[in-house]
Amino acid sequence: MRKILLLNIALVLSASAFAQNDLLGMLGEEETGPEYTNAAFKTTRVINAHSLENTANGVLDFRIGHRFGPGNGGLQDFFGLDGATVRLGFDYGVNDRLMVGFGRSGYQKTLDAFVKYKLVRQCDAGCKAPLTVAIVAASSMTTLDAQEVPWYDPAREDYFTHRLSYAWTLIVGRKFSEGVSFQLNPGVVHRNLVASADDPNDVFHASGAGRVKITKRLAFNAEYFHVLRNGLEDQFKNSLSVGFDIETGGHVFQLHLSNSAGMFDRAFITESNGDWARTFGPPGDGAGIHFGFNISRVFTLKEPKRPKA
Amino acid sequence: MTLLSNALLGLALAPLTLLAQDRYMTRTGHVDFHSSTPIEDIHADNDKAVSVWDAGTGALEISMLIKAFTFKKALMQEHFNENYMESGKFPKSNFKGSIKGVTAAQLAVAGTYPVTVEGQITIHGVEKPVKAGGTITVDGKGGIRADSQFKVKPADHDIKIPGAVRDNIAESIQITVRFDYTKMP
Repeated sequence: MRKILLLNIALVLSASAFAQNDLLGMLGEEETGPEYTNAAFKTTRVINAHSLENTANGVLDFRIGHRFGPGNGGLQDFFGLDGATVRLGFDYGVNDRLMVGFGRSGYQKTLDAFVKYKLVRQCDAGCKAPLTVAIVAASSMTTLDAQEVPWYDPAREDYFTHRLSYAWTLIVGRKFSEGVSFQLNPGVVHRNLVASADDPNDVFHASGAGRVKITKRLAFNAEYFHVLRNGLEDQFKNSLSVGFDIETGGHVFQLHLSNSAGMFDRAFITESNGDWARTFGPPGDGAGIHFGFNISRVFTLKEPKRPKA
Repeated sequence: MTLLSNALLGLALAPLTLLAQDRYMTRTGHVDFHSSTPIEDIHADNDKAVSVWDAGTGALEISMLIKAFTFKKALMQEHFNENYMESGKFPKSNFKGSIKGVTAAQLAVAGTYPVTVEGQITIHGVEKPVKAGGTITVDGKGGIRADSQFKVKPADHDIKIPGAVRDNIAESIQITVRFDYTKMP
């Protein structure tokens, strides 16, 4: 009993002595809410692939994507300046987990739209999740004339649904350190109509992407889409892209090299016409790689809840 | 004596030792900063600063999480954390010093007391001496408010501002502090 009494007194004394030296220590551990990891990637796209980042809540992101023609086109094509393709798009962060977006590509005159939802958010403090898990559901619709679509067949009626494709992607990724982030982004692309009976409607892919920061405002990105089970038609290749993110005040510029010209899922996953092996090849052998860029400019439409000054 | 009565004695003694000293605390202290240039005004607020003030000795400590500063623009907040404050490396800013100009006895009387705050401020991992004027306002109903304004230069704390945005960020940033203290039990 005496021991317990002494212990009590000792505890009280030591607590007050401790407090003398360290005032804040008296308050004990600070209670902070969950603190989620941010800025695993500089923007919501790695290059073509969706990154594990979302557009921030209440923010509108105007995105301009541009892919030049294949660089091995020679002087006649001015090394790809001719034959460029563009996607203009708007993305919006509905809340901290959900973003939506749509865009219009010159490639096959296609409209596309998507929703992306973060199921799990990687956490720095106050919660436990070691990685971020997100899903992206996208669809696209080409508005080419019936005779111009790749699957044109005069004997077949041109239904609206023929023009649609869908893509589902699961993103599992982690910001490993300040400078290094990596994600796996496997998925499936469903094409309502394909050119021939040999081509699968559903194309599965196992894909990944990563970034390494070189300086605070410059990052190196790479992404690769590996199509499974012979899902690609012979003339197409798996999509491989590498590039840099350059950040200035309100913009992010992404400059890259890619064997894909299209900028929506069906186009770059299943219809990449370029080949890295032909980068310096003669134009007659086929397309090499494309130089391209994305520009992202954000506008805050809805201000976050902030303490009153 | 039983174990229970012992424990109670201990609990009863603990606050007594603290009560004897006039300590005040807050976990919801307001700190904001304002950068004003002809091109752009930048403002951010933090309502989660933690502070303990011992009015008996004058000793003052303040701590806040850099990530708790909120901006109007999400991207600006991200850049603030990633590129300027490096909050991954330096998660907190601290102040350790003292308030001079008010005595513990005065805190029982309503009024506004001009004070000086002096000590060491740590921002971006760089510690610098700081001296600021301020007021302590006693409302007579148990509320004690501390107000202060002072300026901090990012360059003093090794915060690098690239040339492209040098005209957007003021050389010296106005910091406003407003703490509503409650007496520690």
